[in-house]
Amino acid sequence: MTNETEGAERVEVAARAPTKPPLINPIWVRVTHWCTALAVILMVLSGWRIYDASPVFPGLTIPAQWTLGGWLGGALQWHFAAMWLLFASFLVYLLLNIFTGRFFRKFFPVSPRAVIEDLYKALTGRLGHEDLSHFNAVQKLAYLSAIIALIVLVASGLAIWKSVQFPLLRELMGGYDNARIVHFCAMAFIVLFFLVHVAMVALVPRSLLTMLRGR
Amino acid sequence: MTIPKKSSRLIVPSLDRALILKDAEKELKAPARRLFAKRALTLGGLSMLTGCQLTDDKSVSTFLSAVSRFNDQVQGMLFDPNRLAPEYSEAMLTKPFPFNAFYEIDSVPVVDGSNYKLAISGLVQDKHAWSLPELYALPQTSQITRHICVEGWSAIGHWGGTRFSDFLRRIGADTTAKYIGFKCADDYYESIDMATALHPQTLLAFSYDGEILPPKYGYPMKLRMPTKLGYKNPKHITEMFVTNTYPGGYWVDQGYNWFGGS
Repeated sequence: MTNETEGAERVEVAARAPTKPPLINPIWVRVTHWCTALAVILMVLSGWRIYDASPVFPGLTIPAQWTLGGWLGGALQWHFAAMWLLFASFLVYLLLNIFTGRFFRKFFPVSPRAVIEDLYKALTGRLGHEDLSHFNAVQKLAYLSAIIALIVLVASGLAIWKSVQFPLLRELMGGYDNARIVHFCAMAFIVLFFLVHVAMVALVPRSLLTMLRGR
Repeated sequence: MTIPKKSSRLIVPSLDRALILKDAEKELKAPARRLFAKRALTLGGLSMLTGCQLTDDKSVSTFLSAVSRFNDQVQGMLFDPNRLAPEYSEAMLTKPFPFNAFYEIDSVPVVDGSNYKLAISGLVQDKHAWSLPELYALPQTSQITRHICVEGWSAIGHWGGTRFSDFLRRIGADTTAKYIGFKCADDYYESIDMATALHPQTLLAFSYDGEILPPKYGYPMKLRMPTKLGYKNPKHITEMFVTNTYPGGYWVDQGYNWFGGS
């Protein structure tokens, strides 16, 4: 409840001083968000082409027109170039999040009970988005899962790429072949997250502005 | 804030309404912008990235090749010459071990072993060509390791042969040189880094699962490296040379990463 009144007050302040609404997403969040988004899109699209060269799940192939790279060699080049963008932007995002304390401020606490409550509110159309500086419990869970999925993607990707050099990662993933399955499942989760995320942005367009101009 | 505390609660819904109205007004003002943003966010918008000839664009492919060469160096630094690939038991062998090449199995080259000679050139002291009996007389070892294809699949195989590092020292190769190049009877060619050439699990392989290497697996010999992807392991080798000039490779010259190691 306190959050709601706080939110209302903040909106009130914003309405009075339209020139300077409060900053919700600092510049580093916006830059790393968009760089990570671009890297993930490039890696997923090129990854689909790599997947098609030898499908993990027989019978499940990705239509070639949805993929990036033209052929296996081209897709691998895209994948291992976009890898650096993902590595840099995601690392900066994680480090700055942790060192500025934003990570703990924005994502915690998150309780299963609050998630269920907020999810119920959302599904019945009663979940407000008055205050975009504050994540509801479903958002917290979704963003935290996306962060974890990206970490799993990087770890399983390294286990596939360098299965001899990173034995610990390889064993953690249950061996080389299993690492491919883990990599695929984490990709599927990120794609699902992406679709829901974009749908939510379409429903609350103001949130796109906060990720563009910060307010 | 002059609004009394009591009314601040009452004001919440009206503020909300004002906010929604404001949103709606903005939306009316800039429909084109909204439409563009909405479309860009759809899968259709994303597909503009794909299907198009991005990879065929010269500047893009030049950039991607440059990153690939940069990745070669990073992988060279990541490579630990003492890190061994896992070895497996007989029971884990993949049967039958898949045939894989840039041609169909009926085009496998026929190499006559009786007058075969392995030609050696470049930065080596002893450049004499090796016959098969000479090579078979070298100290032999074997390994059951995982062959990982660039396509993603993997298979466990059993190769026997002589340790390549021993062979390089035997012929007096300059082990400070950068590359070892190979030419093959099937017109394949490939090259590897010296660190991998000296790796203890890198074998000049003459046998598969206890039998003389059959034609489909690379008779009379292949270079077996469990630390490299399949395409880096040349079969039907007829010539090898030690050099500091980058020799490239059949697939590498078409865009596969040169280091290609796991």
